[in-house]
Amino acid sequence: MKKYLIALLFAPLMAFASGGNVHLDKWPGSVGDKAALQNGAKLFVNYCLNCHGASYMRYKNLMDLGLTETQVKDNLMFTSDKIGGLMAVAARADEQKLWFGATPPDLTIIARARGEAGNAGAGADWLYTYLRSFYRDANRPTGWNNVIFENVGMPHVLYGLQGQQVLNHETHKLELAVPGAMAPAEFDKAVSDLVGFMVWMGEPQQEFRRTLGFFVLAFLAVLFVVAYALKKEYWKDIH
Amino acid sequence: MAAGNFEKYKSDGSLAGNALEWLDARFPATSLWKGHLSEYYAPKNFNFWYFFGSLALLVLVIQIVTGIFLVMHYKPDAAVNANGVPVAFASVEYIMRDVPGGWLIRYMHSTGASAFFIVVYLHMFRGLLYGSYRKPRELTWLFGVGIFLCLMGEAFFGYLLPWGQMSFWGAQVIVNLFSAIPIIGPDLSIIIRGDFVVGDATLNRFFSFHVIAFPLVLIGLVAAHVLALHETGSNNPDGVEIKANKDENGIPRDGIPFHPYYTVKDIVGVIVFLMVFSAVMFWAPEGGGYFLETPNFYPADPLKTPPHIAPVWYFTPFYSILRAVTYPLFGLDAKFWGVVAMGASVVIFAFLPWLDRSPVKSIRYRGPIYKTLLTIFVICFFILGYLGTLSPSPMGELISQICSVFYFAFFLGMPWWSRMDKFSPVPDRVTMK
Amino acid sequence: MSNQGKVDCGRRRLVVATAAVGGAGAVAALVPFVSSLLPSERAKAAGAPVEVDISKLEPGQMMTVEWRGKPVWIINRTKDMLDTLPKLADAVADPKSEKNQQPAYAQNDTRSIKPEIMVVVGICTHLGCSPSQKFKKGAEEGMPGDWLGGFLCPCHGSTFDFAGRVYKSKPAPTNLEVPPHYYMADTRILIGEDKKGA
Repeated sequence: MKKYLIALLFAPLMAFASGGNVHLDKWPGSVGDKAALQNGAKLFVNYCLNCHGASYMRYKNLMDLGLTETQVKDNLMFTSDKIGGLMAVAARADEQKLWFGATPPDLTIIARARGEAGNAGAGADWLYTYLRSFYRDANRPTGWNNVIFENVGMPHVLYGLQGQQVLNHETHKLELAVPGAMAPAEFDKAVSDLVGFMVWMGEPQQEFRRTLGFFVLAFLAVLFVVAYALKKEYWKDIH
Repeated sequence: MAAGNFEKYKSDGSLAGNALEWLDARFPATSLWKGHLSEYYAPKNFNFWYFFGSLALLVLVIQIVTGIFLVMHYKPDAAVNANGVPVAFASVEYIMRDVPGGWLIRYMHSTGASAFFIVVYLHMFRGLLYGSYRKPRELTWLFGVGIFLCLMGEAFFGYLLPWGQMSFWGAQVIVNLFSAIPIIGPDLSIIIRGDFVVGDATLNRFFSFHVIAFPLVLIGLVAAHVLALHETGSNNPDGVEIKANKDENGIPRDGIPFHPYYTVKDIVGVIVFLMVFSAVMFWAPEGGGYFLETPNFYPADPLKTPPHIAPVWYFTPFYSILRAVTYPLFGLDAKFWGVVAMGASVVIFAFLPWLDRSPVKSIRYRGPIYKTLLTIFVICFFILGYLGTLSPSPMGELISQICSVFYFAFFLGMPWWSRMDKFSPVPDRVTMK
Repeated sequence: MSNQGKVDCGRRRLVVATAAVGGAGAVAALVPFVSSLLPSERAKAAGAPVEVDISKLEPGQMMTVEWRGKPVWIINRTKDMLDTLPKLADAVADPKSEKNQQPAYAQNDTRSIKPEIMVVVGICTHLGCSPSQKFKKGAEEGMPGDWLGGFLCPCHGSTFDFAGRVYKSKPAPTNLEVPPHYYMADTRILIGEDKKGA
């Protein structure tokens, strides 16, 4: 009866599976790939940091990607003169509001914010799809629209790399009208690296956290064995 | 079992012995130790379900200790900093990134909040299984319901502090519930907020409630809960009163000293719990987006409601009941009755000792009626909880209404159906299964 | 366990083992809590070394920069000021800077790397007030007639010379602290760090 009760308690949890509604491409990268993260960091400071801040991050944290202090200072540090400084936005919030109609959101934890209940990792998929889904739209003030973020205020900042897509209104598919500096596969890889950097930036210590978890669990397993033996020893005379 | 009947400690002449004698003459050290641990006799047949009381105490300690350290770095300030982010929100990310070890402490606290409710819900379910709320333990149960209410308040106030979108809009919705109360409602919600919207004043008072007021009450209630329990002695899976059968020394024949037997057993429970807790904390601290809701990674924005607001999972069963009420009644609108239903769905637990009229306590000796109804009740509770995480829909509304009706029928019909069951004979002594 | 009577060795071993492993775990669990009390990355960034350009600092002038929230004085001492130092050998408490209030490279007669440039933390070693300038000789600035110039702490009256050395029989126990610093170039000083490899 005990087992029946436990099973019963957890059964309803299993019965419900979550289902999304918008199709998102799966982000193909991983936060363990240091080279990809470094490339992503470069793309981020060159293309994103002009308008979006990453104001909870310090430049110093970029050294965790396997970079030296000099490398960070020379290649990635544009908005601060101190290695311990925050990766604040170059533009001013009130001016931006004037240009874009809204202040571009801070991107430090955007990958986490874009997750979903039941699928916290969906944020990476969303970003990966979003950044590749811009198309030309003459009706928008920026000249750009996005398939998964309709009437988005942000222009397509990576169009020099990707080229210009148009939306085929019959097939509802995006087609590359003007090629960019990168071949499609190359561009997908670049976006993947950029997304990887944002996922990493959302929680720079996440790899360490997972590793530490194994040690803690291993320790608790040892403690369990000893404590269970102790419990058995005491309880052997209770019938 | 009451403290005070124990002989004072007599020194063996050693230095430590003398110190203990000195202490014991001035403080009830021996009697506390014996009365609550080494000579507190607990039934020997506790099973799996009896781990959750001590685990709840453990989580309380985790929350208090991690909370103390978080307060050292957290700032309850809704003003916007130089980077355009509210100070409170930025201070949480500051803890996560800049404070050495801060991320771990924060995850302990956020995981601990969900763990607290999981453990407490299982602890309450244990009470339902074995009739632990029945005479003579009504007061223990009432203190327990008080702890549960206090915990809900504590969790609600605490959830505002990260000052994310879910914090803000969750608080906005819940505080606005109070405005449904006739006559005093609108003023009451302003008093709670201290402003016309949830703002800096609200954040500061919720902070005060969360770190001082409610923890103090909580600790007091927990002490009362344990003291009341130790006065009557613990129930057990058979629902047999072990004090009814004592040996020549006045010790219950089915009782064993809590220390060392249950201390060593609970240590094992604690370790298993910590394994599950650590697995979540290190490998899935967002709890799949249920423990840390993803919209809460956006700072609070009073001008933009997120597309879908849901309370944290532990409130969703009651939130569903609130949403299930869609009919006005007696000239009062549905919103008011929704609030009443939600309040009643929590408080109704307090009446269990007097609603249950069955001649036996434990589910082991109760018949198919109780087993069936309790099963349906648990399923309803889960369905309500799940629906509460979703956006409202006509189908969901209908299902939540059916479940809510059953939820209340379970309690309100109990005086009748609990007597009608087919009972099997209760043994004189506890059984070891 | 009074009813046990005799000591059970196997049981004792298990108690000790559980306590030892559990205790080790408890100590490990303290690590995040204790480390959270250390200066955070923000504090470290704020306390990072400060670069100072002294090319515009005229002889006889003093400038103040903030390092770790404390005032650091940089004084371009004139020949006249430097000449007062040997005269005060008997008047100050620690004329040879024997107490550890300066890096080794500043443990000399002028308490500095370059003789004329003094770099010193402007916090009185008594109770943490910041002394004020009394550069003029004699009684002109309310000092005794034989005053040779230096600093006076307004809180409890400690006096210091142009090398930050404390006068005898004053409340301040030691000379003013010389922070770690080095010359990045002839007129650029980095305060807060010793020269690497030095």
